[in-house]
Amino acid sequence: MKLWEINVAPSPSQPDRDAERLVDAAREAGIANGLRAATARGFLIQSGALGEEPIDAIVRGVLTDGVIEQATVSQIAGAGAAGVGLAAPPSRLDGEPAVLLNVLPKPGVMDPVALSTTAAIGDLGFEPPLVRTFRKVWLAGADPATAKLIGERLLANDAIEQVVFGPLALDHLDAGGEYAFELKRVTLAGLDDGGLMRLSREGQLYLKLAEMQTLQRFFVELGREPTDIELETLAQTWSEHCSHKTLAGRIAYRDERGERRFENMLKETIFAATNTLRERWAADPEREDWCVSVFADNAGIVRFDAEDNLAFKVETHNHPSAIEPYGGANTGLGGVIRDILGVGLGAKPVANTDVFCFAPPETPDNAIPPGVLHPRRVMRGVVEGVRDYGNRMGIPTVNGAVYFDERYLGNPLVYCGDVGILPHAMSFKQTLPGDLIVAVGGRTGRDGIHGATFSSAELTSESEMSSGGAVQIGNAIEEKRVLDVLLRARDEGLYTAVTDCGAGGFSSAVGEMGEEIGAEVWLDRAPLKYDGLSYTEVWISEAQERMVLSVSPGKWERLHELCASEGVEATVIGRFEPTGRLVLKWGDRAVGDLPMTFLHDGRPPVVREATYKPPAAVPLAPPEKDDYTGDLLRILASPNVASKQAIIRQYDHEVQGGSVVKPLVGVASDGPGDAAVLRPKLSSRRGVVISCGMNPLYGGLDTYRMAASAIDEAIRNAVAVGANPARIGLLDNFCWGDCERAETLGSLVRAALACHDLSLAFEAPFISGKDSLNNEYSYEESNGEKRTISIPPSLLISAMGQVDDVARCVTMDFKQAGSAVYIVGETKDELGGSHYAKVNGLAGGQAPTVDGPYAKRVFAAMHAAIAEGAVAACHDLSEGGLAVALAEMAFAGGFGAAVDAAGMPGPDTPGADALAAAGRLFSESNTRFLCEVAGDKSAAFESALAGVPFARLGGVTDDPRVVVTLGDAKLIESDIATLKQSWQEPLAW
Amino acid sequence: MAKPRVLILRSPGANCNEETAHAFELAGAEVEQLHIQSLLNAPQRMDAFQVFCLPGGFSYGDDIAAGRILGNQVRLRLADACHRFRDAGKLVLGVCNGFQVLMKTGLLDLDLAGGPAATLTRNDRGRFEARWVQLSVAPGGCVFLAGIKSMELPVAHAEGKFVFRDRAARAKLQAEGRLVLRYTAASGGDAAYPENPNGAEADVAGLCDSTGRVLGLMPHPERFVDPTQHPRWTRGGVESVDGMRVFENAVRYFL
Repeated sequence: MKLWEINVAPSPSQPDRDAERLVDAAREAGIANGLRAATARGFLIQSGALGEEPIDAIVRGVLTDGVIEQATVSQIAGAGAAGVGLAAPPSRLDGEPAVLLNVLPKPGVMDPVALSTTAAIGDLGFEPPLVRTFRKVWLAGADPATAKLIGERLLANDAIEQVVFGPLALDHLDAGGEYAFELKRVTLAGLDDGGLMRLSREGQLYLKLAEMQTLQRFFVELGREPTDIELETLAQTWSEHCSHKTLAGRIAYRDERGERRFENMLKETIFAATNTLRERWAADPEREDWCVSVFADNAGIVRFDAEDNLAFKVETHNHPSAIEPYGGANTGLGGVIRDILGVGLGAKPVANTDVFCFAPPETPDNAIPPGVLHPRRVMRGVVEGVRDYGNRMGIPTVNGAVYFDERYLGNPLVYCGDVGILPHAMSFKQTLPGDLIVAVGGRTGRDGIHGATFSSAELTSESEMSSGGAVQIGNAIEEKRVLDVLLRARDEGLYTAVTDCGAGGFSSAVGEMGEEIGAEVWLDRAPLKYDGLSYTEVWISEAQERMVLSVSPGKWERLHELCASEGVEATVIGRFEPTGRLVLKWGDRAVGDLPMTFLHDGRPPVVREATYKPPAAVPLAPPEKDDYTGDLLRILASPNVASKQAIIRQYDHEVQGGSVVKPLVGVASDGPGDAAVLRPKLSSRRGVVISCGMNPLYGGLDTYRMAASAIDEAIRNAVAVGANPARIGLLDNFCWGDCERAETLGSLVRAALACHDLSLAFEAPFISGKDSLNNEYSYEESNGEKRTISIPPSLLISAMGQVDDVARCVTMDFKQAGSAVYIVGETKDELGGSHYAKVNGLAGGQAPTVDGPYAKRVFAAMHAAIAEGAVAACHDLSEGGLAVALAEMAFAGGFGAAVDAAGMPGPDTPGADALAAAGRLFSESNTRFLCEVAGDKSAAFESALAGVPFARLGGVTDDPRVVVTLGDAKLIESDIATLKQSWQEPLAW
Repeated sequence: MAKPRVLILRSPGANCNEETAHAFELAGAEVEQLHIQSLLNAPQRMDAFQVFCLPGGFSYGDDIAAGRILGNQVRLRLADACHRFRDAGKLVLGVCNGFQVLMKTGLLDLDLAGGPAATLTRNDRGRFEARWVQLSVAPGGCVFLAGIKSMELPVAHAEGKFVFRDRAARAKLQAEGRLVLRYTAASGGDAAYPENPNGAEADVAGLCDSTGRVLGLMPHPERFVDPTQHPRWTRGGVESVDGMRVFENAVRYFL
C-alpha cells in the first residue's frame, strides 16, 4: 500500500486568487495586516498498485493544467516512502518563513471531488485508488497564534473540517471499519418522567414527555423493550420536522377578539381556505378548479396548460446553515429540488428561489456570542452553497430576497424553493402491495444523522459540537444524474411511486410510502459509502441525493439497466408487504417491527396554549422637515432595500433558456425586477411568474397585518409584471421562535388566520407550506447569565402566477421621457414598521393593513391595464413606499422624473385625514403600484382602471433627476446617478 | 437535402442540452441527445451525425477543473471517432462547459510541442458570474460565424478566462485567425471588466480550429434564439436574435 501526496499550485506567473482572497479576508476581519499567503490544492492517493510513473501520468493527465499550474509529489507512506508530507513554501513567498496549514475534511464528510478523481484515474486505465482532497495554505508574516485564528475563523469550519499544522504525517487513509452486528435494546420500562426526558435528550430523540410516556406504555403492553432502531424510527416520524405536530395540532387560541379552539390549526385555517375556494370553483360552471394536488404530496401542484401542471415547494434549512452555512444551504436547495423530483411521479425542475435572513454584515466581532459564526461568513457561505448547487443542477435561480435583522444572529434563515413541470398524467402516485423498495442515487454514509430531530431542538453554543453529524455536504452532480435518469424512467412507466430521502432518510421515505400498506426493509443491502455503519445508521442517515421508488417486480430489470446506463446506482432494499407493519431486517434477523398505525397515528395529541395581545398603540410622529432627499438615500442604502446584484449575478438565472423577465432589469440590466417570468416550455409562449413577499419588521406591531401584507406583496409583485391575479397559487413558510411559549405560538396563529382570510379574499389558494419552529439561540454571557435570541416572526409568502403570453409582460424601468407617471391604490398613514421608521429610529405607528375585496379589484384592474398593453413600466410600492419605487424606476430606466405628491388617492380623497409629507413619500400602504404610461395610452389606461383609485402624479423626464414636490414645496431632488450609487454600494462585495 | 443530424452529448452535469437541442431544431436540424456512456460503449454512433455538440453545464461537477474529466474521456476514449468526424468535413461546437471540454480534447488544434497553447481558467473575480456581453466577431473561415460581425450574448461561468501558454502561442493563434470571438466594449474598443467578464487575455471569448469547422465559445448562443430572452426586450428594439445565427449557419452549411 502506498500513500501519495500531491500539491497543485498556480504557476509563479499566475495569480494565486485563493491566497489573495484570504489575505483580504484576514485584513477585513481585523486579524492581520501585511500577511502574505500561498495556496495549493492537495490530493492524497492511496493504492497498492500505483508507482512513480503512473502517479506522474495521473498528475499530468488528471490533476494539473500545465499552462497555469505546477505540481509537487511525494510518497508519504508505504514501501520506499520519503516518509513526510510536502512542506516547502511555494516560490511566490520568496523564501520567507511560513506557517503551513492543511485543511482536511473530517472523516465521513462528503468529498465529491475525491469521488470524481477516483473515477477520472480509472479513465486513464488505472485501478481506481482511494482519494482524499484537502487545501493547503502557507502563511508568511503570521505568528502561530494568528495562523491558528485564521485557520479557525477563515479557513476551516470545525463542524466538517480540521486543520493540521505542518507537513502531514499520515500512514494510511481510513476507508471505514468492519461493522459487528449487535442488536441493541433500550430500556423504557420503569423509567420515571425524569428518566424518560433524559433519554429523549441524550438519545437526541427530542420527544416531549407525553410522547415518551406513550412509547413507554406501548412497549410495556407489547411486553418487550424497543430496539434502538424502533425508538429512532418513532422519534423521526414524530419529529416536528416530519409531522409538523405543533401547527397541525390542537391549539387553544386567545386574542382581543376572544377564544378559539383548533383540533388541527393548519387544517382549519390555511387548508380550509383552499378547500373553500376549490369547492366554490367546482360548483361554478363558469370557473375551473385549477388546483391539482394541494397539501398532499411533496409539493403543491396546479394546472398550467392542456398538457402540463406546475409544482412548487419552498423549504427551509436553518439550523444546518447556522452551523455550516455552505453545506447547510447547499443541501437545503438539494433537498427542495428532490421534493420536486419526488412530487407526483416526478417533475422536471425549471426554477429555483432563495430567500435569506441574516444579521447585519457590519455586526462587530465582539457582539458575536460564543458558538455563532459571523454573519458575513454565514452570508458568504450560504450564497455560495446555493450558487454551487443550483448552478450545477442547471436550474435557473430567478427570484429571491435578503433581509437583515439583529435577531437572526444565532439563527439565520435559508428558504430554498423549486418549481417543476410535469404532465397531467404524472401528477399522482400509488405504491402497490408487492412493489419493490428501490433506493436510487447516492450511497448511504453517516451524514446528517439526527437531522430531523435536530431541527426540533433549540440551537445552543454546544450545538456545533454535538450536532456535527447533522451537517451534510451536497454533491450536486449525483443529484443531476438522478434527475436525468428519473425523468426517463418516469416516462417509461418504470415505477409506481417516488419520494425523496430528506429528513429522517430511509426511515421517513419508506415509512411514508408504505403507510397504507406495510413494508419490509433489508437494511444490509443498502449500498454504503464506507463500511462500519450500524443498521440504525443506515436507516436514519440523511445522506443526500437519494430517492426511493416503488417498483413492480416486472419493471425492475429495465429500471436497473436504465440507471446503470447513466451511471446511477439503483438497489432493491425491501418490499412493500401488505402486512400493515414496518419490519426492519439485517440479514435474516429482525431488528424492528412496528405497526404502521402506531407509527403514523400513535402520537398523543398535545393541546398548546396560544395567546395574542396586541401591543399598546403608540403614535409615530415623523419630524417635520423641508427636504427628504437624505431619508430616501438612507433607505435606498439600507441593506434590505439595497441592490443584491453581487448575489444575483453569481446565480445562473438563464440556464434552460426560459427566462423572460430576469431578476435584474432596465437599460443597464441592474434595476430590481418585481418578479421573475419564465417559459418552462420553449415551444410555448405561456409563462410562469414567481414572486415573494415578507416583512418581519411588521411582526412586532401585528402579525395579522404582517401576514396580510406579505400576501399582498407577493401577489402585487406578480401582478406588476403581468400575472393574472385570478390564477395565483401561494406557499407559506413560517419560521418562528419557540412555540412552547403561548405568546409566540399566538403570534403565529394570528398570522395563519390572516392567511386564511386573505386567501379567500384574493381567491388565491395556498397550495403548499412548511414551518420551522424553535429558531432560537441560547448561550451564556461571560458573566454566566443565560441569554436567548429569538428570531422575529418570519413568514415568507411565495407566489406562483401565470401569463398567457410572455410578450405581454412589463418591467419596472422607465422606458421613455414624456410618459406619464401614475400611482394606483390608496396611500394611508402607515409608517409603522416601515423603512422610513427604521432608518430614523422611530418606533410605534400602524403597520399596513389590507382590505381584501378592495385589493382584489385593484389587482384585477391593474392586470387588465397591463394585458391591454397600456403600461410601459410598472413597479410595486413596498419598502420605502412611493419615493423608493420612483427612484428605482428612474435609475433602472436611465431617465429622470418630476412628480407632485399632492393629489394622491388616500389623503387627498375628499373627507380623508391629512397625511404629512413623510407619509406620502414613505408610507408602506399595501396594494399600490407606480406606472409609466406612454402619452397615447393614457385613455386606455384610465379606462382599464375605472372604479379603483389612481392619480396621475407627473411624468418621466430627460433631465436625469428625480424631483418630488408637494404643491409648491420641493420634498426630494437628486440626480439618478447618486440615487443608484447609494442603492448599489452597500452590498457590492 | 435531408436535415442535418446533430448529436448533443449528454454527460453527468451537462445542463444546457435541452435548450441547445431546441435552438438546433429551430434552425432546422434533427437532434439526438446521447449520453457519454452510450457513446463510449459505441463510438461509431457518431458517424451517423453531421454536427457534434458539447453543451454547457458542469460535466462531472467541474471537479478538479472545468471540463477536465469529460475532456479526458473524449480525448482518450473517443479520439478515433472524433478525428474521423472532423476529417469527414463535419462540424463540432462546444459551448461554455463544452468549450472547456473541447480545449482538452485535441479537436481545437492547441497541442504545441511544449504543451497546450492555451487554457481556460478561473475568472479574475474568482467566482461564477452571469451577465450579457458584447462580442466582436472575426469569422475568417469559421463556419458557425460566417457573415456575423458582432453579437450580444449571455455568459454564465466561473472558469472562462482564456490564458495563452506564452507570447509565441498567442502570436500563432492570432496569426492563424483562430481567435474568432472577442469581448468588446460597447464603444467597440478593448474591454475592461465587466465587458470582459472574466479577464480573458486578448479578450478571447471563442476559438476555432485550423479548419474553421470546430468552434468553442464561452457565451451561450442557445440562450438567445427568441427576442424575449434578451435582457432589454421590454424596452423594444431587439432587431437581431444573435444566437440563432450560429445555429442557422451550422444547418445552412449542409444544405
